[in-house]
Amino acid sequence: MAETKLGKLADRLRTFSARPGTKIMEVCGSHTVAIRRFGVQRLLPAGVKLVSGPGCPVCVTPDLFIDEAIALARQGATITSFGDMLRVPGSRSSLERERAGGSDIRAVYSPLDALQIAATTQKETVFLAVGFETTAPVIAAAAQLAVEKKLANFSLLTSLRLVPPALKALISSDTGLSGFLLPGHVSAIIGRQAYGFLAAGRLPGVIAGFQAEDIISSLVLLLEMQNKGIYKTVNNYARVVRDQGNERSRSVLAEVFTPADAEWRGLGSIPGSGLALRPAFAALDARKRFAIHADSAPARRGCRCGDVLRGLIDPPACPLFNRSCRPDHPVGPCMVSSEGSCSAWVTYG
Amino acid sequence: MCLAVPMKVVEIKGDMAVVESAGLKREVGVMLLDRVRLGDWVIIHAGFAISKLTRKQARETLAVFEEMQGLG
Ligand code: SF4
Repeated sequence: MAETKLGKLADRLRTFSARPGTKIMEVCGSHTVAIRRFGVQRLLPAGVKLVSGPGCPVCVTPDLFIDEAIALARQGATITSFGDMLRVPGSRSSLERERAGGSDIRAVYSPLDALQIAATTQKETVFLAVGFETTAPVIAAAAQLAVEKKLANFSLLTSLRLVPPALKALISSDTGLSGFLLPGHVSAIIGRQAYGFLAAGRLPGVIAGFQAEDIISSLVLLLEMQNKGIYKTVNNYARVVRDQGNERSRSVLAEVFTPADAEWRGLGSIPGSGLALRPAFAALDARKRFAIHADSAPARRGCRCGDVLRGLIDPPACPLFNRSCRPDHPVGPCMVSSEGSCSAWVTYG
Repeated sequence: MCLAVPMKVVEIKGDMAVVESAGLKREVGVMLLDRVRLGDWVIIHAGFAISKLTRKQARETLAVFEEMQGLG
């Protein structure tokens, strides 16, 4: 039954008569991986192209952030981080390399694990707060717990990012996009309501889950809307996403953080697209707590990760792709992260 | 990195809960959700429950799609 339904959906996508030159952006890195793993790109009808967007947190984080984390590690702090940050090259080194060199750098699954580490040591313990709206409330809740538990040695080095301001920046920079496959778990927090600006820009959007069926049906919905000139944001992941999102999570987030301008790899500085700790949580801000002497070098030459993140090129258009830059020897962050577009293209073909 | 998995709430301890899926148990924060109850299915991301799953809504997902197909 499930298979026939999936087969029908796949046929419907494959035989769809879409407008030529249709360019749909999948915003979320997990979607990029799912698309390539299920081979959805092979089901696209003539004239339709899927491009990756700036939805892999590791990929959009600028080199400077890694440099700051490395500087803190060299100053003797214990660095705790989601595992996928460890291999990301900064301008001269990576956290993984620093760890091999004796720095105390630990991969954790949750910021709760970082709190636990802080509670069992006297050492300064810094958590690398990276992610989008899915992760930001989690980090906000951990920040509140750190205050509650009076963990005086715990702090956050933040590089959190917000999705809607980045999409707005992309739309206004005329990347020729026809619609968006919107991130499922970011939307679980911000809700369908957060995408009102898409309709204003005459672009359809579909919030999608991560199963093959979710993605294929969402693409069909996008193409249908495009053909009919309907510019709505449809929630096709209603088993998880409420239209109004998760208000409780957003209020915890707003208690701890306030929007701030932020730098994105490839997109530059985008107003209000990052999150800064509120003054009441300043004691948890690693940048205020330590004098960080980050040792930055000019950007790696040849890496076109920034263009990949804007959907301007496919990874194979990068001259280093699968040559000097491979998953086992990544040059840029889009190859390091398992959710990076370059990595997904090599891994799943 | 925003991947999140559904798990079932089997024990509630104030702001924390024990969730289970496929025999794997984990203690997670539930302060990011309103009213978590025993037996709820929740989506877990980085050690916290961030959304609830409902059967009814799963059916609605399908309905939206069929409605759109009806338009064609
Ligand atoms: S293949 Fe490597 S060097 Fe080229 S854009 Fe991707 S990450 Fe950068």
